[in-house]
Amino acid sequence: MKPLALLLAVCLAFALVTPAAAQQPVPPTPSPDQVNAIAKNLYCPVCANVPLDACGTAACVQWRDQIADLLMQGYTEAEIYEYFVARFGPSVLPTPPAQGLFWAFYLLPPIAIFAAGWWLYRTMVTRPMQAAAQSKSPKPAGKYARQMEEELKARDQ
Amino acid sequence: MIADLGFFALFIALLLALYACCSAVVGQVRGEPRWIASARAATLLCFPLLTISALSIMYSLATLDFQLQYVAQVTSRSMPMYLRLTALWGGQSGSLVFWAWLMAAFTSGVMLRNWRRDRDLLPWVILVCMFTLAFFLVLIVFFENPFLRMWQGATGAVWTAMWQPAGAQAYLPVDGNGLNPLLRHPGMIIHPPVLYLGFVSFVVPFAFAIAALITGRSDDRWIRLTRRWSLVAWLFLSLGLILGSRWAYDVLGWGGYWGWDPVEIAAFMPWLTGTAFLHSVMIQEKRGLFKHWNMLLVILTYDLVIFGTFLTRSGVLSSVHSFAQSAIGPMFFAFIAITLSASLALLSWRWNTLRSEVEITSLLSREALFLLNNFLFISILVICFLGVIFPLASELLTGQQITVGPVYYESATGPLWAALLLLMGVAPLSAWRASTARTLGRAIWKPFIASLLILAALLIGGMRNPGALLGFWLCAFVGFVTLYEFWRGAAARSARGENFALALWRLVARNRRRYGGYIIHLGVVLLAIGIIGIELFQQETQGSLAPGERLQLGGYQIEFVSLIEFQTDDGRLVDRAVVDVYRDGRYVTQLYPRQDFYFESGQPMTISGLYNTWESDVYVLLVGWEPLSGQKATFKVYLNPLVNWVWTGGFVFILGTLVASWPERESIELAAPSRLRGRRVAAGARR
Repeated sequence: MKPLALLLAVCLAFALVTPAAAQQPVPPTPSPDQVNAIAKNLYCPVCANVPLDACGTAACVQWRDQIADLLMQGYTEAEIYEYFVARFGPSVLPTPPAQGLFWAFYLLPPIAIFAAGWWLYRTMVTRPMQAAAQSKSPKPAGKYARQMEEELKARDQ
Repeated sequence: MIADLGFFALFIALLLALYACCSAVVGQVRGEPRWIASARAATLLCFPLLTISALSIMYSLATLDFQLQYVAQVTSRSMPMYLRLTALWGGQSGSLVFWAWLMAAFTSGVMLRNWRRDRDLLPWVILVCMFTLAFFLVLIVFFENPFLRMWQGATGAVWTAMWQPAGAQAYLPVDGNGLNPLLRHPGMIIHPPVLYLGFVSFVVPFAFAIAALITGRSDDRWIRLTRRWSLVAWLFLSLGLILGSRWAYDVLGWGGYWGWDPVEIAAFMPWLTGTAFLHSVMIQEKRGLFKHWNMLLVILTYDLVIFGTFLTRSGVLSSVHSFAQSAIGPMFFAFIAITLSASLALLSWRWNTLRSEVEITSLLSREALFLLNNFLFISILVICFLGVIFPLASELLTGQQITVGPVYYESATGPLWAALLLLMGVAPLSAWRASTARTLGRAIWKPFIASLLILAALLIGGMRNPGALLGFWLCAFVGFVTLYEFWRGAAARSARGENFALALWRLVARNRRRYGGYIIHLGVVLLAIGIIGIELFQQETQGSLAPGERLQLGGYQIEFVSLIEFQTDDGRLVDRAVVDVYRDGRYVTQLYPRQDFYFESGQPMTISGLYNTWESDVYVLLVGWEPLSGQKATFKVYLNPLVNWVWTGGFVFILGTLVASWPERESIELAAPSRLRGRRVAAGARR
């Protein structure tokens, strides 16, 4: 009976294991649209300023295939970007990474615009308006002076 | 022989340009008119000389004189005649000659038109224009000579020289390299010259501004003299940008029209300062404000024009190191440094004489809103400039290459564009000097309510994207404000008994600058609608299809029918697919996306198949195929909503600029050469 019991046990184990193996997730082949959605946010490491999804060179076709491979291996979108940066440097990203000296890139425009706006507001708007309010001249006395003022005003307009 | 003639003409033009600079200064400093007249004659002579030079290049291109290095680089036997001729601006040397030729033409135009009226300004105008021209001619003659010939020594080595070196024989390649395939497109034939026209025309207002600074004239004479020049320069620059966008849409094969590429931005930056300048000069003319600011803007525009040419011509964009290796890169850099520092030094010298005649008295006045408009344009410029410069600085300082792509420009400038749109709606209705929230509210409430109705309609129609809702509402608001302005003006005229259509026509005809500006605003509204549509609602898909199979995108289905491969007489291997387009199952059209492979350059070109409607474009690209069987092909399909509004907006925009820059009766009279008026103007200037 022992060999029979052993055979049954093996069959049982096989029966249990086989469906489990069949249920192992077979990585689906990513669609071109899935690949392009990621490639759109990466830049061709060879051609300047060309997004990977729009680049027609053979190298870029291979890199798009590589994105598909990485997706099949279970890489997330962020991990794929990290993979490409590690391999080709930060120039594959659409903007400089927010680190080190590159912070200047993000901080300079708002600082410059805010400072210039403040300066412009102070020098062109606030001060002249205050000065105008303080130096309001009294109405000219006399008929002739008033008439001349009105004529000048009409001429200015 | 023809090449020698062209080169000598270039060289003499260079000598004359340098002579004109010196003669104009000597004449003005010593007060001797004959020196100034001599400078003017030298200036006028440069144009025919450079015409001879440009025609010599064109003749060599047309006759395929392959001994000339430039001809061998940019033409080939398979190129049709029109492409050979337009190869004048297809390469570095030729385009620099074209730049110089336009500069000489415009300077001659200034000399012929303004000579009698503004003798005090013109010597300095000659100096600035001829100094700029001389710079370009130095580049051409000494570094980028298009007339260099190729010679072969006894060892077989080939080198270039203007004249035959001892022991060398003329080297004649069998065929040339041919023009870059990307440039073999009708849009690209017109786009560079139009853009150059815009670039070069902006030198003229700059020259008058510098002349005004040197002579110490604090009035707005220089602005009035160059108003039309500035508008025409802006017209060409705008047209160049629109044509460039259309070319990119048709030829580059990525489904878009504007990629925030550094070359695009190089042309866009002077447009930004030029636009700010065109707005703020109105304030100086009307109110005597912003004199420093206008000077600064025109100086910036000029140096951005040179900077744009530097960016595209020095090779700096491909790598900082190619800039260092390029002969003309450092020259450009030095020229920009000299002109910018000299101009700013002049401005600071005259700072006190350029004080505003009045001050801003209300935050909601038109002048305050125009100041805000200028501030927004300059903010966009700062963002663009940093986007172009930062990768170069990073490579130079840290050795690390970085990319600054559209995501940066779009997110950083998007809110500023929205604010500009809002201002376009509010500023035309605000009053000069004193304007309050109440008066402004009274003026805008009707268009505002109408725009809210559009917003409600969009919400009821199911639109939920907040960016799109805000953008379309702003477009509606500005559109209604602008149309309301037309209606108000025409209604006021028709109240006096004129037919409404006639009243509208006369309203525009008699106030061309103002209503031309409003037409431009309408063009911007249409452009904005198109941009919002494609930026926020573009869809795309890609798939490999066997004949009879379909791809689905939006409401459209794309069916692959067949693929053929053939060779053409102009040296291309063409793979052309036939696809049927269906909408909701109903056949609408057949498209022929293709890929052209150019044997000469080994470069492929992807030409889209395009189905246009007002609602959207179906943009089909052939991106791959089975080479032997042709049984399966891969297509990338874009659905570009409202993109045709961009082109229509561009057309309206240009139409408005034409209306605004069309000469009015007053300026025609002013342009008439009257000795008496010339004296009066000069007397007025002295006062």
